[in-house]
Amino acid sequence: MSPLLELEGVEARYGPVQALHGISLSVEEGSIVAVLGPNGAGKTTTLRAISGTVRRSGRIVLAGRPLERLGPDRVARLGVAHVPEGRGTFSELTVWENLRLGAYTRRGSLAPELERVFSYFPWLRERRRQEAGTLSGGEQQMLALARAFVQRPRLLLLDEPSLGLAPLLVAELFRIVRELNEQEGLTVLVVEQNAHLALQAAHAGYVLEAGRVSLSGPSAQLRANDAVRRSYLGY
Amino acid sequence: MTALERSSPPPGLPRRGAALGRVVPPVGVLLVAAAAGLLVGSLRSAVFAQLTVQGLALGAVYGSLALALVLVYRATGVINFAQGELAMATTYVAYQLIQWGLTYWQAFFATLAAAFVLGMVLEMALVRPVQHRSTIAAVIVTVGLFVLTDGVVTWIWGGAFKYMPSPFGTAIYHVGGVAIARLYLGMLAVVLVSVLLVWALFQFTKLGLGMRAAALRPAEAALVGVRVDWMLAIGWGLAAVLGAVAGLMAEPSQYVLEPTLMQPILVYAFAAAVLGGLESPAGAVVGGLALGVSLNLIVQYVPEVTSELQLPFAFAVLLAVLLLKPAGLFGRSAARRV
Repeated sequence: MSPLLELEGVEARYGPVQALHGISLSVEEGSIVAVLGPNGAGKTTTLRAISGTVRRSGRIVLAGRPLERLGPDRVARLGVAHVPEGRGTFSELTVWENLRLGAYTRRGSLAPELERVFSYFPWLRERRRQEAGTLSGGEQQMLALARAFVQRPRLLLLDEPSLGLAPLLVAELFRIVRELNEQEGLTVLVVEQNAHLALQAAHAGYVLEAGRVSLSGPSAQLRANDAVRRSYLGY
Repeated sequence: MTALERSSPPPGLPRRGAALGRVVPPVGVLLVAAAAGLLVGSLRSAVFAQLTVQGLALGAVYGSLALALVLVYRATGVINFAQGELAMATTYVAYQLIQWGLTYWQAFFATLAAAFVLGMVLEMALVRPVQHRSTIAAVIVTVGLFVLTDGVVTWIWGGAFKYMPSPFGTAIYHVGGVAIARLYLGMLAVVLVSVLLVWALFQFTKLGLGMRAAALRPAEAALVGVRVDWMLAIGWGLAAVLGAVAGLMAEPSQYVLEPTLMQPILVYAFAAAVLGGLESPAGAVVGGLALGVSLNLIVQYVPEVTSELQLPFAFAVLLAVLLLKPAGLFGRSAARRV
């Protein structure tokens, strides 16, 4: 079986600065894959290349469909939900409207979908009329995740979900991602500074350096790798 | 290299003054007091009542055009200086359709449809290509569009007065000694219904939600599958429809159709939009009504302010708001981009 997502020789640039120098990676259906690396290695850009929010070249294939020429709204319609760094919730809209936007590309009743989302995030139900901007940072991050889940994506792209969150919330967030993966078969590609957490949740990982893949393999193998341990795990 | 990875705003910073919250109570108190004042005045004097109704009808027209300005500003960050001239041009379209044999209301709805298409096409063909380079350039394009529309209309229809049938007849109602022209009630009703329909579209439909999302955060809206380009074009289309309503309702109050029909009204609409807060749709409508009524009453009751001073008065309001309360009555922050 071919993987759900495959990148081959993907390059991307911001004006004159090249951020990706030929990234190749693959994500199996139903797996969680982590992307690690120092600041500026191109982790965020890799996700942006997939969702189409940066101009890119090379081959990006989702379930047999090439994405590299499509804009972000088309990619979203093909079943990719991208939760950007900094949450990307619509703070001026209500919680309910944010969730509704998650289902923007879908037809029909949302009720069953929302029930499922509320089962993972029960507090969202009481606060659905509240403006998203009035939620705490952690709640907004959860809302972004819930919205992505309403999108019912084939592939979830998560960018630095732990950024600016208290450790307890981060653990909770990863627990939910893991649960969604196990219960719903959600495929996740997650960029994370906290390599320890990411490798705990993920089945496989890629380490980027200066816009290239420097290491890859199953999580257990990466955790055991000396270079990874020194640079990202700190022991 | 960090800057590359962090091109989106840092998470801790709310965009715009989100924390300022809803409209502060004093504005509500002010409006209730104003409404009460108008009511008391109307009960005591028939002239006052007539002027109030007339002012509300004219104010609704200003509010409708102001709302068009606000929609465009929120969707694309551009002040459309041609909004009034486009409204004038669509009124000429209605005039032409009536000449060709349509009834007034057939022409009315056909004109709204034409205005919608015109607004969308202008956004896609003229504004969007320029705006990719700079927003201020797009604003200048709208100034050019002002002159262009004026020229094209004069070229096609000439500058001479045209006459359109009155949509509401000449009936006058008498309510407890107060004579109220059906025209003003009709204007008020048509504008308010149009505004409510547009509001409901934004508030209750999926399309409206997509448009709001696209206007607030285009990048994030695209990530959930919203076709941002289309949403912005539709926003311009809806603004042109509201402008067309304003033009069609302004014409009977001026009794004649000429190429300068909307020029003073554009100034009132700017003042109304700024008064309400440039980003607030409700503020634009309330601002329009407030301006319409106060202009009408001031000209009557303050002898120093003659009708020639109406336009300068609107400018004075505009300046005063910008100096004293740049966020306007309902706004959350000062104008950002223009």
